[in-house]
Amino acid sequence: MREKKKYMVISFHSTTEAMSFEKQCIGNGIPGRLIPIPREITAGCGLAWRIPVEEYPLCRQAIQERRMEYQDVVELML
Amino acid sequence: MIYLDSSATSFLKPPQVEEAVCKSFHTIGNAGRGAHAPTLSASRLIYDAREKLADLFHIADPSRVSFTCNATEALNIAIGALIHSGDHVVTTACEHNSVLRPLYRKEEEGVKLTILPADKKGRISYEKLAKSGQENTKAVVITHASNLTGNVTDLAKVSAFTRKRGILLIVDASQTAGTLPIDVEKMGIDVLCFTGHKGLLGPQGTGGVYIRKGLTAEPFKVGGSGNHSFDRKHPSDMPAALEAGTANGHGIAGLNAALDFLKETGVEAIYQKEDALARRFAQGVSQVRTVALYGDLEAKIRAPIVSLNINGMDSAVVSDILWEDYKICVRSGAHCAPLMHQALGTVEQGAVRFSFSYFNTEEEVDEAIRAVQEIAGDNVWPGYF
Repeated sequence: MREKKKYMVISFHSTTEAMSFEKQCIGNGIPGRLIPIPREITAGCGLAWRIPVEEYPLCRQAIQERRMEYQDVVELML
Repeated sequence: MIYLDSSATSFLKPPQVEEAVCKSFHTIGNAGRGAHAPTLSASRLIYDAREKLADLFHIADPSRVSFTCNATEALNIAIGALIHSGDHVVTTACEHNSVLRPLYRKEEEGVKLTILPADKKGRISYEKLAKSGQENTKAVVITHASNLTGNVTDLAKVSAFTRKRGILLIVDASQTAGTLPIDVEKMGIDVLCFTGHKGLLGPQGTGGVYIRKGLTAEPFKVGGSGNHSFDRKHPSDMPAALEAGTANGHGIAGLNAALDFLKETGVEAIYQKEDALARRFAQGVSQVRTVALYGDLEAKIRAPIVSLNINGMDSAVVSDILWEDYKICVRSGAHCAPLMHQALGTVEQGAVRFSFSYFNTEEEVDEAIRAVQEIAGDNVWPGYF
């Protein structure tokens, strides 16, 4: 079993928003990856961006500077 | 990588499908738009595919099959054209949103809906179906197989009801076209909606709708038809009535090659192999104590789908581990089947769906069983493995 770790999980309004977010992260060297949206955020389907908590400040800065769109950010053990 | 998500799309395809798509870029023009060689090549190709679909589904007249871009579009066309305000429609809790949402939209326009419930194994009651008719019942809209449980609908029982009442049987064959034998005549299907990219093994963006002779489906979109160009109205004859605009010729070229593969291999042989793989997987994971399996696994005929959960684990997490640690592709979450999840009691947790292809192997299935076992924390009945 893999160890549970603390992550910041960013959810989106749509798949298009998630794609745009991922593209900007990859283009700017922001770590993290897309995962199926955890049930703590919503039941059902969708994508979320998962990033280790210690690396989140870099992501937050990019979000602010680039006005990257997303729905919500929560801290989760995954 | 082990691809076990064929219910979402058939990622594993016969190589001739890709070859046919590539070749078509050098051979086909716009179908039905003239008589030079490239346009005729396109017209012939599309007609050829239409004939093969008719042959596959035992449709006497190929012109009753219109191409669509997927099953959702086919269902929207059928439901939109054949069900009207004041009608009553029977459907089931097994349906995908591609059936439910068009019907909910109709409900807002004054259509009355009866949704037959499913039990904890995802089964509907045919006795309840037989009692669901009302004076104004127009149709039963029903899936041939649940995309979540793999349970197959007994269409003979459904058509016994629809034929007796003289109402329409509209079937969503998204999970069965190319996987299970379909005979529209014998099964009493009035309208068959299917996609090209799942069991039919063709490219995405292909699909179709069969509408039996005698039924008129008003075009849901109108425009270029390649003939009768001075008429203000779009042609009303099938298949042109439902095919306004340029067809997906390159996609249909791939579908055409896939239909050849299905014919050569035989749907029955494909079903036998996929069914054996799915049952092998279900048997294997059923030995893991903390695994909950969904659906009627004892049923004789099933679509090659096995959905499960491990303990109380979030299905999204399980599917992510399967991909990250084992490179196994599956589908978690709601599968666009909200009422089925309600029946199974998996609204919060979702479910992890494994779906099998003719091109999967027993080794891949065994690797998936082992992965589930490991994720479950070795909670296996003694004596297994």
